[in-house]
Amino acid sequence: MEWETVIGLEVHVSLSTKSKLFSGSSTEFGAQPNTQASIFDCALPGTLPVFNEEALRMAVRFGVAIGAEIGKRSVFDRKNYFYPDLPKGYQVTQLDFPTVGKGALTVTLADGSEKIIGVTRAHIEENAGKSLHEEFSGMSGIDLNRAGEPLLEIVSEPEITCAEEAVAYLKKLHTIIRYLDISDAIMAQGSMRCDVNVSIRPKGATELGTRAEIKNINSFRFVEKAIHSEVARQQEILEDGGRIIQETRRYNADKDETSSMRSKEVANDYRYFPEPDLLPVVIDDEYIAAVTAQLPELPDARKARFIEDYSLSNYDAGVLVSSRELAEYYEIVATASGDSKLAANWVSQDLLGLLNKHNWEIADSPIQAVRLATLIARIKDNTISGKIAKTVFESMISDESDVDAIIESKGLKQVTDSGEIEKLVLEVIEKNPAQVQQYKDGKEQVIGFLVGQCMQLSKGKANPAQVNELLREKMQ
Amino acid sequence: MALDKTEVEKIAHLARLHISESETHEVTTRITDILALIDQMQSVDTNAVEPLAHPLDLVQRLRADKITEEDQRDKLQQLAPASEDGLYLVPKVLD
Amino acid sequence: MINSTVAEISAALAAGDISSVEITQAYLDRIATLNGELNAFITVCEDSALLAAKAADEARANGLDSPLLGIPLAHKDIFCTKDILTTCGSRMLHNFVSPYNATVVERFNDAGTVLLGKTNMDEFAMGSSNETSFFGDVKNPWNTECVPGGSSGGSAAAVAADLCAMATGTDTGGSIRQPAAFCGVTGMKPSYGRVSRWGMIAFASSLDQAGPLAKSAEDAALMLNVMSGLDKKDSTSIDRPIEDFTASLNQPLKGIRIGIPKQHFAEGLSREVEQAVRDALTEYEKLGAIIKEVDLTNSHLSVSAYYVVAPAEASANLSRFDGVRYGYRCEDPVNLEDMYKRTRSEGFGEEVKRRIMIGTYALSAGFYDAYYRKAQKIRRLIKDDFDRAFTEVDVIIGPTSPHTAFKLGSKSDPVSMYLEDIYTIAVNLAGLPAASIPVGIANGLPMGMQIIGKYFDEAKILNVAHQFQQHTDWHKQKSTAITAASGES
Repeated sequence: MEWETVIGLEVHVSLSTKSKLFSGSSTEFGAQPNTQASIFDCALPGTLPVFNEEALRMAVRFGVAIGAEIGKRSVFDRKNYFYPDLPKGYQVTQLDFPTVGKGALTVTLADGSEKIIGVTRAHIEENAGKSLHEEFSGMSGIDLNRAGEPLLEIVSEPEITCAEEAVAYLKKLHTIIRYLDISDAIMAQGSMRCDVNVSIRPKGATELGTRAEIKNINSFRFVEKAIHSEVARQQEILEDGGRIIQETRRYNADKDETSSMRSKEVANDYRYFPEPDLLPVVIDDEYIAAVTAQLPELPDARKARFIEDYSLSNYDAGVLVSSRELAEYYEIVATASGDSKLAANWVSQDLLGLLNKHNWEIADSPIQAVRLATLIARIKDNTISGKIAKTVFESMISDESDVDAIIESKGLKQVTDSGEIEKLVLEVIEKNPAQVQQYKDGKEQVIGFLVGQCMQLSKGKANPAQVNELLREKMQ
Repeated sequence: MALDKTEVEKIAHLARLHISESETHEVTTRITDILALIDQMQSVDTNAVEPLAHPLDLVQRLRADKITEEDQRDKLQQLAPASEDGLYLVPKVLD
Repeated sequence: MINSTVAEISAALAAGDISSVEITQAYLDRIATLNGELNAFITVCEDSALLAAKAADEARANGLDSPLLGIPLAHKDIFCTKDILTTCGSRMLHNFVSPYNATVVERFNDAGTVLLGKTNMDEFAMGSSNETSFFGDVKNPWNTECVPGGSSGGSAAAVAADLCAMATGTDTGGSIRQPAAFCGVTGMKPSYGRVSRWGMIAFASSLDQAGPLAKSAEDAALMLNVMSGLDKKDSTSIDRPIEDFTASLNQPLKGIRIGIPKQHFAEGLSREVEQAVRDALTEYEKLGAIIKEVDLTNSHLSVSAYYVVAPAEASANLSRFDGVRYGYRCEDPVNLEDMYKRTRSEGFGEEVKRRIMIGTYALSAGFYDAYYRKAQKIRRLIKDDFDRAFTEVDVIIGPTSPHTAFKLGSKSDPVSMYLEDIYTIAVNLAGLPAASIPVGIANGLPMGMQIIGKYFDEAKILNVAHQFQQHTDWHKQKSTAITAASGES
């Protein structure tokens, strides 16, 4: 039987406010345990929440960025369950009236096609603290620094049909969030987390199959692998005549498989009800307009502009706008070097290759945009060849001196002196009589070999165009 | 609405309360009596009525995103039944 | 002097006839004599009270004067008081020394009052008789075999027995007004949002409101002046211009329209209480008031709706008591679940557990619409009834409680206890202000009359109460039982 997969994603993003969602405690990463846990965060009796305006603004900013309906009246609810890292015994979240309603993202797939994936909603809620399982005489330690930090939970429509689409959706979400500057969205640090709902059904069926929820996946690659392994598991069960149980599972990367999480509650019953300590959050058109006016240029718009202004291919533009920092870097290189296409090649291939190899961010790059622009300018003005430029680029990684100084000190400057080039050409003609004869007999392509010999002799420094021209002249 | 023992046990578990075997009967009876009192409101048709969560029709005030709290860990942890190295201690959390 | 009103003590302090240290010591002595019998206080702050009194006297010597400077008061033990035990009447918090002050406490401190101690109460304010306290029953000063009412029973008894000049209370379904009626004092529940709930341990967040228990309407007004006002730490606190609630106390009542809800004079009301309230209405007519019947059609549903809303909110509000960060934790838990269950079962009393169970049930899957949502709709109907009535009248008057204080231990089944609050609960559901003032004595026990006002019309209620107290002296009546017990003449 042929199967089709239905995937829905729930993504939790830590909003990068300075203080917590409902208290004035710092949200700074990495503080000593419980030093950022106020009397409210510790749920002391009598304490009350007051809503952080910046968390609201960030959520609305996300909403307008994905063209979503904005909840003009959002309501907080209590979600009740007991857990030591949940001090109040309930999490404040938004159930029926979230701040962000229906919206959509456009993702580009590997084959260049585009797909629109719906976002059902995005709601604001509190994070929980952390349970530490190291030994404390057989007990667990609770750190409440993270408790009460603001989260935006973004829920997709079940419109994703494969792992590739899921990853494309996540990456797009990540890009937009970073452009909006509302979260670090670093999966490895937990500031972006993903729960994946997976179900399969016979191809063409209209009803959804029973889903399994894979919790807390912390990298794009694991999302992809977890989906593959979960789909395979479900397929095997169904083909053996079995039944899928609706449950929560976790992905084990070492074994590359998902496994059932022992259910903490006999049956979860969260007993949601409107949070009486908070009133409805009401925003008007003016507020939404002000947030919209402050939106930065978003990836889709920037991509279109890059194609238009810099004559880039759809693919190159897509790569360059995939992160805000990369796009900004590229624009500096393109403008300062005066050659946007050459700049695109260097940024998307050489620079990204370098960063990926060392697992560096743009900010960590030893080669700043202006230096790379100078290097490209030197190719354009024939100071160096494209090939020599690669050598210079390598040197620039460890050598902070300016590009011209590196070219000078290593003697890499292109030879354009016609006397010197003539000497090279004559030497090569003399050493390769057979090839010269072939050329003279009309075997035009031999010229490539001869140019190569000249370049080798000059250690790459000769201007290849000049060499080519002179060779033809001398062999006539 | 009358409750049975299983339901009472389920609710007690949700509320993390322990009800001993000997108490179950009385707890069940008492709660059933109270539910009968509560069920008097079922006699009124409220289909067209908008629920009222708060007596006053007001909207949420917003707080500026400022850090106003200082570290009070040592003071707060004096209140804790068990703590060590700045952490609150609980019986092992299994997940 | 200890049986004087705040207004009188304040005048004596200003005139230099007495010092705050002297009056504070007098109350401390009285507490030492009577608290053993009445059990009105859980904690007495003798040393800090005398220090505060001394500071108040010094401030006055330096030229400071404010109406409550140096006045000794008691706080219900539901208000967090910095560095002072704050128990909420529960074993769960038997060892909880609050690291912070409630806003109400802070405001009284700023006004220069002297904190004598923390008063006993029904556990987590759940009760109408003060019999659910972990720290024992409070006795009614008028008859120590009777309950003082609840949940602010300790505060009402303390004011009635002159253990303090004034006291704070909280009212979720009648917890200020009913004990005020049972103990013969003046108590007021302000409009929801008038007084900050920061630092007031939550029972039912959408119903809870703090208010004064005092010896007169004028004293209640003086207290409310200090207690009320915007607090940005409480999202439900109302931003309104500051009012002086004493300003309109002396307004004549001529032409005022008083509504009488027929539902509050129906079956179940004792003859003595009905007579006392009707006599009071006659008094108001003499003062020029117009009496008019009003219809609170859905008031009979208030108890039903309340016993969904309040327990539902309470079930969540009390989840934080889990033995992790403060308060009681059971001995040697074998695992996490055992810690939760034993801590909560041993730390909470029967009534609290019962209400947590009811609330948990009402919110659980499949019952939300039939219970919680339904109750919120009834709540709307009840509010609409009041809104309609208040288009025709200025205040609504009726009995506070169907009868006088009952005997300790006489109401063992929860439902009959819940029905005690039949006249007071609707006011909380609607969020309105209401007071209870003494209107008579029957069989040696005081009776109370409830005055309900429009939103934020506390000044009118206090005006109506004060005018009555200017023409009658029920609020000045004292229990002879206690006076005899303390050996005073």
